[in-house]
Amino acid sequence: MTSTTIIPSRKAWSSDLAPALIFIVLILVPVAAAFGPETYLLGLFTRVMVFAIAALALDFICGYGGLVSFGQAAFVGIGAYAVGILSAHGITDILISLPVALLASAVFAWLTGTVCLRTKSVYFIMITLAFGQMVYFIAGSLAPYGGDDGMTLQVRSTLLGFQPLKNDRVFYYAVLLFLLASYLGCRAIVASRFGRVFRGAKENPVRMATIGYDVFKYQRIAYVIAGMIGGLAGFLLANVVEFVSPAYMSWQRSGELIIMVLFGGIGTLYGAIVGAASFLLLEDVLGGITENWKLIFGPMLVLIVLFARGGIAGLFERLLKRSGRG
Amino acid sequence: MAEPVLQLQNLRKSFGGLVVTDGVTLDIGAGELHAVIGPNGAGKTTLINQISGLLASDDGRIIFNGADVTSLPSNKRAELGLARSFQITSVLPNFSALENVALAVQARSGSSYTFAGIASREAALNEPAFAALNEVGLGPRADVLAAHLSHGEKRALELAIALAMQPKLLLLDEPMAGTGHEETARLVSVLQRLKGRFSMLLVEHDMNAVFALADRISVLTYGKILASGAPAAVRNDPAVVTAYLGDELE
Repeated sequence: MTSTTIIPSRKAWSSDLAPALIFIVLILVPVAAAFGPETYLLGLFTRVMVFAIAALALDFICGYGGLVSFGQAAFVGIGAYAVGILSAHGITDILISLPVALLASAVFAWLTGTVCLRTKSVYFIMITLAFGQMVYFIAGSLAPYGGDDGMTLQVRSTLLGFQPLKNDRVFYYAVLLFLLASYLGCRAIVASRFGRVFRGAKENPVRMATIGYDVFKYQRIAYVIAGMIGGLAGFLLANVVEFVSPAYMSWQRSGELIIMVLFGGIGTLYGAIVGAASFLLLEDVLGGITENWKLIFGPMLVLIVLFARGGIAGLFERLLKRSGRG
Repeated sequence: MAEPVLQLQNLRKSFGGLVVTDGVTLDIGAGELHAVIGPNGAGKTTLINQISGLLASDDGRIIFNGADVTSLPSNKRAELGLARSFQITSVLPNFSALENVALAVQARSGSSYTFAGIASREAALNEPAFAALNEVGLGPRADVLAAHLSHGEKRALELAIALAMQPKLLLLDEPMAGTGHEETARLVSVLQRLKGRFSMLLVEHDMNAVFALADRISVLTYGKILASGAPAAVRNDPAVVTAYLGDELE
């Protein structure tokens, strides 16, 4: 029978190994940190995971949908400002600020996506950049909320009057859970019916239209999903730094997210986590050596892009394949 | 006579000063294989693009299954049962042959706004897709990436994608374009089997194939229908012979 002859191509086990390793390492970081400068290390890795969430969202639309957004940082900023503005009015409960952060990002993504997704390639990059800069300047002009200087949060987000995130370790694991959920969520969506249409739209939008898909609608939903995950990262970032500022949504930040995705390996999801970690850890280490750390990082990025197609994730998978054969 | 599946009424399209479709009126009956032939640049592909909705028509009407679809976007026309193949192969290169076809099945079965479950393992999508692949002889190549298929296989895949849509009308834009002798013969026999089950509009340069398959032939030159009728009548039409068929069939 035909049903037995259909063997849906299964992904190699190696594609599960890398993400599993990453999450095991992330689970163990606080344990290891206890033997070193704990507060510092926990803070650093919490920040890594927050940016990993933002980069993951970018890889989702960029790596699987071909939508290279140069405005992803805008969503991070919107999420952060949701926390900051509410907090300035005395509202610090997660149950309010997180939904507001997600909703605000979703609305912004829906509205701008409706415009941006009418364009293609370079125009898409430029228009997402333009919307990103728009939000950046709006945030800078919010005088009651610190304007260009930003504002300091009085406390981290609370939950029903308690302050569970006050403890750095609890906060670390909360962020880890959010990262895991974002990763698994994106992975599930990519494999789903919706995800297959979205991926197909990257490959050949005209073909997709002529078999009956309104490509634009699928892309807009994916854009909203990525925006909301970006907003989640912003919500978390505000709590990590306990400070909110327009700098979060500058175009340099959007560029850094793209670099993280490229560095880690585009179109793999877990590569975005690797990329965010590499970027921030290198910034930390190289930044300790010289203020001009990007002089060292720049050539590294060029080398990775030139010689390691698929970034660090691609490198890893090729190594695995080779050792599996030998 | 039963209601035709497709009626084109005085369809027009021009690009700047160049009139490419110049008042085309044509109909395709249920189950009919209607071939459109004509020299290069006659406007055949433009006509197919207008019918499938990739190009907006300047004037005239397109009636599909009794409904005016002239201003519908192509995805809506596809939903109504209009399937097409492309002259220049248009598939999803990094999807397997099976997934290329399964996406066409998916478009017609249930919602695609489903965010869980693994689409590539849905038997309800894979089985009809596999059947369509078998229909064009690609069954054994189901798991191969479309990018790795030979040119002839890609042409067959185009056909399988269109078939999987269970269309009411198949628009075939030079399905044999660029294929070798053997592959052409294979595709002709595939179309022979499909004939009668689907209404088809076939644009093709291979005259042997056209005369072997067509119930009716329309000759298009400079965007106008020069002649239309049974193959034998068209073959002997003096206007057609001088304009187009002349050297090929004499």
